[in-house]
Amino acid sequence: MNFPGKNSGEQIHVLENINLQVQEGEFVCIVGPSGCGKSTLLNIIGGFLQQSRGEAIVEGDPVNGPDPRRIFVFQENGVFPWLTVQENIGFGLGQKSAAERRHTVAHYIDMVGLNGFEQAYPRELSGGMRQRVEISRALASNPEIIYMDEPFGALDFITRLKMRSDLIRIWQSEKKTILFVTHDIEEAVQLADRILVMSKRPATVQTVVKIDLPRPRDLDSPGYLEKRDQIFEAMGMSLRIGS
Amino acid sequence: MKMQKRHASKIILPLMVAAIFLAAWHFLVRISGSDLFPTPLEVTRGIIELIEKGLLLKYIVASLFRVTWGFALAVLIGIPVGLLLGWYGRAFDAFNPMLQIFRPISPIAWIPVAILWFGVSDAAPVFLIFLASVFPITVSAIAAVQNMQPVYLRAAQNFGLSKMQLFRRVIFPSCVPQIITGIRIALGVAWLVVVAAEMIAVNSGLGYLIIDARNAGKRYDLVVAGMVMIGLIGLVLDLLVRQLEKFDEVKWGYANR
Repeated sequence: MNFPGKNSGEQIHVLENINLQVQEGEFVCIVGPSGCGKSTLLNIIGGFLQQSRGEAIVEGDPVNGPDPRRIFVFQENGVFPWLTVQENIGFGLGQKSAAERRHTVAHYIDMVGLNGFEQAYPRELSGGMRQRVEISRALASNPEIIYMDEPFGALDFITRLKMRSDLIRIWQSEKKTILFVTHDIEEAVQLADRILVMSKRPATVQTVVKIDLPRPRDLDSPGYLEKRDQIFEAMGMSLRIGS
Repeated sequence: MKMQKRHASKIILPLMVAAIFLAAWHFLVRISGSDLFPTPLEVTRGIIELIEKGLLLKYIVASLFRVTWGFALAVLIGIPVGLLLGWYGRAFDAFNPMLQIFRPISPIAWIPVAILWFGVSDAAPVFLIFLASVFPITVSAIAAVQNMQPVYLRAAQNFGLSKMQLFRRVIFPSCVPQIITGIRIALGVAWLVVVAAEMIAVNSGLGYLIIDARNAGKRYDLVVAGMVMIGLIGLVLDLLVRQLEKFDEVKWGYANR
């Protein structure tokens, strides 16, 4: 897969021969050095970017643009500021009856813990709450896959930890397939069933690490630290800071 | 405590500035010994005279009527045209140069043409006000679409919206805050232009009042009375449009004030 560069005529060879087998209901994280093309990869499978060479095939069909069966959660938050929390969550439920819509929206508001904020506008919410709105908007439209592109990247450390444990709880009850891009190795080990480690450009899948740690995951357990170190090593990074 | 102080100063300070201005005006006229230019008191008497004759209300209504029509036409045409030109890059490429040529032509320069086409009737100033306000509205709508955050568009496309739904549910609402800013500018310009148009093209309205008071007897107290009314009504119009910015659906588009 090639991708046109920022300067016209220049082509950046970003992705090479990437093949992804994801089980239904699986939580897969993609990690890699920044600029390696992991976000580009997700945007191509999501249908938002057009690859210049090669083909993107998801579930047997070539990707021709975004698809409501596969909903994207954006790092920069794609919640609509002119709609209330409940209008945002109901955004993808156009074809359903009003009663059904109300029921679904209430269900997901409860699930992400936004009770009492139904009528609030996004500008009145914190960054973490806005990301909750976007996640429940994705869930409410009942997609087969959710693509998440560093969804917690703009949040502070504490909020990020809380969002991760909530995301796992939601994923366990909803049984959705999630493809989650992050540059944060710890985040990937905390979340994923399987981690794809990508190499520098032109990016390939360097290794796949299966994370078979039980949930809830203990961030101090030897098993967790071992997996984390394995990925650090795969990315050629040192675990020591300073000389 | 601090907020309350700020609130009070927002009323008291402007009143003090106005009082100083009126006093300075009064004494400067007295010192100059002019018997044509009026003092604030004479202007107030002029306004009362206009009210008693029933002219003031009649002229204000005439001016507002023209502004309403010209402005409403500009909104009805400017917003859809602007949204379409902002969305379709090729249409923008085709029409934008022509738009930029027409835009800097002052509506005042169109007065002779307006009289030629519409005669001395209400249609002439309505046409001029339309011209004055349609460009700021169109340009703000174009810019709003072009500067739209791509993430809104992507999120909306992800849910499989048709083109019509995309316009109605996402593109239009995301552009409203910037369009309101364009509307504010346009209304200000429209109010400027109606006065100029009425001085030449019609026989009623605040602009006509000013030119008529001067021509028929050098009644400068009435000239300044007309100017004061124009200023006050302009202020009220702007305050009204600013109320639009307070709706929850558009508040996100303005920095916290």
